[in-house]
Amino acid sequence: MSFLSITGLVKRFGGLVATDRFHLELPKGELHALIGPNGAGKTTLMGQITGELAPSEGDIRLDGQSILGWDAPRRALAGIARSYQITQLLKGFSVLENVQMMVQARQGHSFRFWGPVGRQGDIVQPAMEALDHMGLAHRAHDDVMALAHGEHRQLELAMALAMKPRLLLLDEPLAGMSQAESATMIDLLKRLKGHYTILLVEHDMQAVFSLADRISVLVYGRAIACDTPSGIQRDEDVRRAYLGDE
Amino acid sequence: MTPEKLDWRTPRPWLAALLIGGLLLVPTISSWLGQSFYLSFATRIVIYALAATGLNLILGYGGLVSLGGSLFVGVGAYAVGISAFHGLTNGWAQLGIALVITLVIAVGCGLVSLRTRGIGFIMITLAFGQMFYFLTVSLKQYGGDDGLPVEQRSVFNPLPALDSKVALYYLALAVLLVVMYATWRLVHSRFGYVLRGFQSNERRMLAAGYPRLRYQLTAFVLSALVCALAGVLLANLTSFTSPSYLSWQASGELLLMVVLGGMGTVIGPVLGAVVLLVLEESLSGITQHWMIVLGPVILVVALVSKQGLWGAVLQWKAREHTAAAPPPSASSVPVATEGTA
Amino acid sequence: MVWTLFFSQVLNGIQLGMLLFLLAAGLTLVFGIMNFVNLSHGSFYMMGAYFAAATLARTDSFLLAGLAGVVGAMALAWVIERVALRRLYSHDHLNQVLATLGLIMFFNELVRMIWGSQPLFTAPPSWASGNFAFGDIGYPSYRLLIIGAGAAVAVGSYLLIHRTRIGMLVRASSTHADMVAALGVNARLLNTALFSVGAGLAALAGWLVGPIVSVQSGMGDTVLILALVVIVIGGIGSIRGAFYASLAVGLVDTMGRAYMPQILRGFLDRNVADAAGPALASMLIYLFMAAILAAKPDGLFPVKR
Repeated sequence: MSFLSITGLVKRFGGLVATDRFHLELPKGELHALIGPNGAGKTTLMGQITGELAPSEGDIRLDGQSILGWDAPRRALAGIARSYQITQLLKGFSVLENVQMMVQARQGHSFRFWGPVGRQGDIVQPAMEALDHMGLAHRAHDDVMALAHGEHRQLELAMALAMKPRLLLLDEPLAGMSQAESATMIDLLKRLKGHYTILLVEHDMQAVFSLADRISVLVYGRAIACDTPSGIQRDEDVRRAYLGDE
Repeated sequence: MTPEKLDWRTPRPWLAALLIGGLLLVPTISSWLGQSFYLSFATRIVIYALAATGLNLILGYGGLVSLGGSLFVGVGAYAVGISAFHGLTNGWAQLGIALVITLVIAVGCGLVSLRTRGIGFIMITLAFGQMFYFLTVSLKQYGGDDGLPVEQRSVFNPLPALDSKVALYYLALAVLLVVMYATWRLVHSRFGYVLRGFQSNERRMLAAGYPRLRYQLTAFVLSALVCALAGVLLANLTSFTSPSYLSWQASGELLLMVVLGGMGTVIGPVLGAVVLLVLEESLSGITQHWMIVLGPVILVVALVSKQGLWGAVLQWKAREHTAAAPPPSASSVPVATEGTA
Repeated sequence: MVWTLFFSQVLNGIQLGMLLFLLAAGLTLVFGIMNFVNLSHGSFYMMGAYFAAATLARTDSFLLAGLAGVVGAMALAWVIERVALRRLYSHDHLNQVLATLGLIMFFNELVRMIWGSQPLFTAPPSWASGNFAFGDIGYPSYRLLIIGAGAAVAVGSYLLIHRTRIGMLVRASSTHADMVAALGVNARLLNTALFSVGAGLAALAGWLVGPIVSVQSGMGDTVLILALVVIVIGGIGSIRGAFYASLAVGLVDTMGRAYMPQILRGFLDRNVADAAGPALASMLIYLFMAAILAAKPDGLFPVKR
């Protein structure tokens, strides 16, 4: 049984069909890349999995259970974590506090009004560890807006991981990064392989082909191919629609 | 970032201590000056500071612009007024009544109001405030539009009788200080972080697994309870309760105090109350038409202010200090909510 | 006899609805298109009433009074928008609330300084005073005039918005303001004009309502709240919503006040009913609003962005 199962997913915005009968069976532990030209509907698809957008038709199942109709917080607690294409950080907080907030959501309830979070080891410890993993520990107490762009992307990933997810949705984690920064990030992602089920949206083809177990190619909301990296490279439809005849 | 420990190397805690110290010394100064008016005026300031602190919880830390603050002040005041009217002068009982009624109304109004955002929320809180305003106006047996005199002040055994102005002042001040401390603790607690997180980036918080409504509703109710406390004290100060306590103008005033003083800080609302009430008092001494001056002043404050007085002071002081001091805490800078109040 | 009362109450409800529509139409557009919380809208209503009353006193012409009221208020609005308020479009709603509260305070005090605290006298024009006969039943002609004026504005605004180019710009701006600006339309001018027209409509209402209410400082405040309730119920940004909601609110409020004690007497003790009646009646529209919002949080005709 697939861990993530998407069947017949359709999303319409008025007359526009953003997602056109999308199917995907994602086994546990697979790193599946989603590629396609801009406007293909990759982010819309992500939004439907996280619960920010409601599909017009179709079903999404996590570990066999249908999550249609579940709101975003419920899906997050069920183990779906996402990193955003445009960084969604908590401004006005420190780097550590941003990660703490993610940890806190799964450490019992937050109706505690007295004890300072800064002294709660069960929240601070895992948060520091997550930062450490990303190499951001030295920035823990800086204001989150003081970080460089590359560090923001790393923090996004740290925050997603701090949620102890079962399904990790990464929306262009390498966007806007330099060569060096990308190399570091790709390394990090390689280390995540197998430990998490990952759906990766990326434009960086080198990264995609070195990381993905399988790749889906999305054009105008439809998956025109779904295969291993070498299979995709050979696929005629993909060549024509996306990679161009090289 | 809201630092948890007070850093005495920076001016921030010193200025705050100065303000609190000043408040503690008011009765002494007032009796030295021989004018009991100052003591009553100061009590008024403290009570409004309390209400503003309550409002700050949802406004400054929650990012929710509510025009219903005066509603709960009114509930507190009328709880005292109506109880006293029927012979119930036990302060503890009156307080209990005030808090229970506030709880019910706040939960009800909160559930409806929090379904909307931005402009809708502002309008709905205003409308609910008005609803209760008209309710009090229509209570003819309790004075209606003319208001209801409170013949006897609340009796809070074993505390001294509130007929003593000094006793009432210190009671109000004690409540204010306790609430300020509680606010400070709350802001750094788990709940506080979640509330502030929603103010900062709602989308991110939802994606993290936090359902919005329960946290904002709780904050709304807590805020209402503090305002009700202020109302109970206000009725005792003026020996009077009236629909005007629930007016939207009163809500606007509270809003202004919080913004003027500095939203999202503990001292801000207190400073705002002091400044606004002193300003109003001085202006009304100069001209009968002081509102024609205050109106544009408020307009200018709204056009210009981002951090309020407390924030401005801190920024100025911070520039004087070099690397020795930690960076200005973001608690003095309210997180700008782009139209999603 | 009962039916006479019922009939005139229904007409009163419609009349109130029309007045509310005049206020709500401008208000909902400013809220919806410019995303601007304008609490000073009631002040333009008041200024319109004052300008009109003052002009009536001097010229004895009802129509001239109306012209003065509307034009005066529009000019005032134009200036205020350009000088102060337009800076607030990019600000938080909180700052907008405070700024417009400051304006209310200013105008309320201003009229007190110029015209005193006593209500100003106005009267309906001679050609519209007296009763109009619907068969056996008489109803004040002036109130019918108000209904007519409101209906004319409703039809006019429908035609303007759906049949003219300007209306198209307004409609487009309500969902995609930045897009419209990007297309080269002078968005600033459009905004100022919109604000001004809204104020003009409010002033129109102020002029018309003069003879039947007190023209005094603060008169805009209560009516503003009603207008806010209307636009929240109707859906912010929707004129159609404002129209239906105005009628609904006008009718609910009027009929509620007229019949609540009677309704309550049906199942409560007479004294309790008579005491609770007015209280419940004044709360009625807010309860109505709460009920609508419980089902549709964005109002009846929400404008989707």
